[in-house]
Amino acid sequence: MFGDYSLGDLGSIFVMQGFAGLILFSVYVLMALGLAIIFGQMGVINMAHGEFMILGAYVTWMTSNLFQAYLPSLFSGYFFLAMILAFVASGALGMLVEWALIRHLYKRPLDTLLATWGLSLMLQQGYRSVFGAREVGVELPQWMLGSLHVTESIEVPINGVFVMCLTVLITISVAYVMYKSRWGRQVRAVVQNRIMAGAVGINTEKVDRYTFGLGCGIAGVAGSAFTMIGSTGPTSGQLYIVDTFLVVVFGGAASLLGTIASAFSISQTQSTLEFFMSGSMAKVLTLLAVVGILMLRPQGLFALKVRK
Amino acid sequence: MINSRFFNRSELMGFIALAAVLFVILPLTLDVFRLNLVAKYLTYAFVALGLVLCWGYGGILSLGQGVFFGLGGYCMAMFLKLEASSVENTKIQSTPGIPDFMDWNQITSLPLFWQPFHSLTFTILAIILVPGLFALIIGTAMFKRRVGGTYFAIITQAVAAILTILIVGQQGYTGGINGMTDLRTLKGWDIRPDHAKIILYFVEVVLLFACIGIAQFIRLTKLGRILVAMREQEDRVRFSGYSVANFKIFAFCMAAVFAAIGGAMFALNVGFMSPSFVGIVPSIEMVIYTAVGGRMSIFGAIWGAILVNFAKTSLSESFPQLWLFGLGALFIAVVLAFPNGLSGLWADYVQPRIDWLFASRKPKSDWKDNSVADGAPAE
Repeated sequence: MFGDYSLGDLGSIFVMQGFAGLILFSVYVLMALGLAIIFGQMGVINMAHGEFMILGAYVTWMTSNLFQAYLPSLFSGYFFLAMILAFVASGALGMLVEWALIRHLYKRPLDTLLATWGLSLMLQQGYRSVFGAREVGVELPQWMLGSLHVTESIEVPINGVFVMCLTVLITISVAYVMYKSRWGRQVRAVVQNRIMAGAVGINTEKVDRYTFGLGCGIAGVAGSAFTMIGSTGPTSGQLYIVDTFLVVVFGGAASLLGTIASAFSISQTQSTLEFFMSGSMAKVLTLLAVVGILMLRPQGLFALKVRK
Repeated sequence: MINSRFFNRSELMGFIALAAVLFVILPLTLDVFRLNLVAKYLTYAFVALGLVLCWGYGGILSLGQGVFFGLGGYCMAMFLKLEASSVENTKIQSTPGIPDFMDWNQITSLPLFWQPFHSLTFTILAIILVPGLFALIIGTAMFKRRVGGTYFAIITQAVAAILTILIVGQQGYTGGINGMTDLRTLKGWDIRPDHAKIILYFVEVVLLFACIGIAQFIRLTKLGRILVAMREQEDRVRFSGYSVANFKIFAFCMAAVFAAIGGAMFALNVGFMSPSFVGIVPSIEMVIYTAVGGRMSIFGAIWGAILVNFAKTSLSESFPQLWLFGLGALFIAVVLAFPNGLSGLWADYVQPRIDWLFASRKPKSDWKDNSVADGAPAE
């Protein structure tokens, strides 16, 4: 399949497709980070994760419309506010859901799957009633349009670069919060041994609620980033949920590094294959490879060695 | 402790009630269009029945039952499509004698894997064996490595996603997103007119009762006991010398075969098959029917499939907006408030009254395996 291209062409193709893959990688990482916290750390299967992401996307869309209508002079910077609002909105909804639904189901992980699936249906219909069934797209500020010319045959879009920088920043902050801060230590303590964590004075219910909220909030930021590369509809979240779960499982559920590595390999494989065959076959082959590897190595790429 | 009778009294009542409704009441009261809808709902009852064995009893939640439903349905549809694409039916095509969607996609000869589907015997074998073997491969790969619970659910879900993308993407070989439409005859017998629909309905109900018999048999034998024991305390069963993986594989394969029979009946009764019955959403909906009806109860799951689908049709006809809200709320309510579903409600509230009416008879001494203990069936 490489026969028709010269070596230089192939190099450019790999760089450009690799870059397209990096944007996909960013969305996967942002989605999967939230899910790695919720599923990997807390063991809750949150099928509504995609809908939390879409909430962030809709918040971004509303913010951009508000800025266009009332503060056109500040429009170039609206995105930063939108991201914070998306985090707060999704996080708050997540905490509400945890309080109303998830906390009753910690002992029945398979049942959380059904309940959150129900939740995702309700949220989808809610979005459809409020925002309409048609997909919406945000207007990007001027400085994000266009692309950088690296060499003659290689150019990279600026919004992609921006999304990537954002992803790196968020990943570093999450890693810092989880592994360095006092609160992150509490989260890991609760996950490892709930009873002992409670016995040494950690308010486990509160930690659970904030952890779930944090995971959902990051999903909201992912949605915010998502608006820059695609349009948002009520069911867009569902398209990504299986991929995201596979990313988390493939990486080894409890490992942030594994999540990043698996998001990278899955997105790169997919976008490189996409150049040589139809998009659907590329996706099928990628997912098949992931499922195949998971059957041989069920613990994922980076498994933590813990005593069960 | 194994009950010597095939059904205890409440099960016998459930059996008689279901048989009366499906064999007598519905055919007498509904017109052919509605009866055909019931036949469509009942195809999901096969899947629900399989899920009772695999999820309710074995504790293995599969989110990929749509895969097996689809494989069974596509096998049947391929046979029917080939028969509908005879040379004289398709002489306007540039290549007569192949299905219309292949012609539209510039395929000029029948692909190799389609060839055996000219034979009905092969098709019927394929409906059972293809999904069965597929389940065997997935099950062996997963359960032998002691992967279970949530991981298994996610991987089966990924398989459902893969199959859907594959079917939609390979339009020339599978009919793509539209699926296989315009199915006409089964061995020269037209499946479209009203009297054929009624006959197909009865064939389906008979098959369903045969499957109920098999499921009940599994449930009552030692095998069913081991499945329950495995769900509750997997390690103890393993330490007692049983091969847990083999029992799980068996339950999963049984569920797959039931789902495939349902899928094949779907293709016959509804007259088409499309990827929208294969993917993630239909697969989860099938789990929901089982959960609503009662994951522990064979008859409950069948009622769940019929009632949820009935509600879906009637609500989405009159309130398309409300339906998704209603369905979502139903799942949440079932999971939070009554994890045993309708059959649990029946056992808790209706059954005691009925027992009270027959109080003079001997008190029932059922083995208590009809309830989800709090927190127990996690894995």
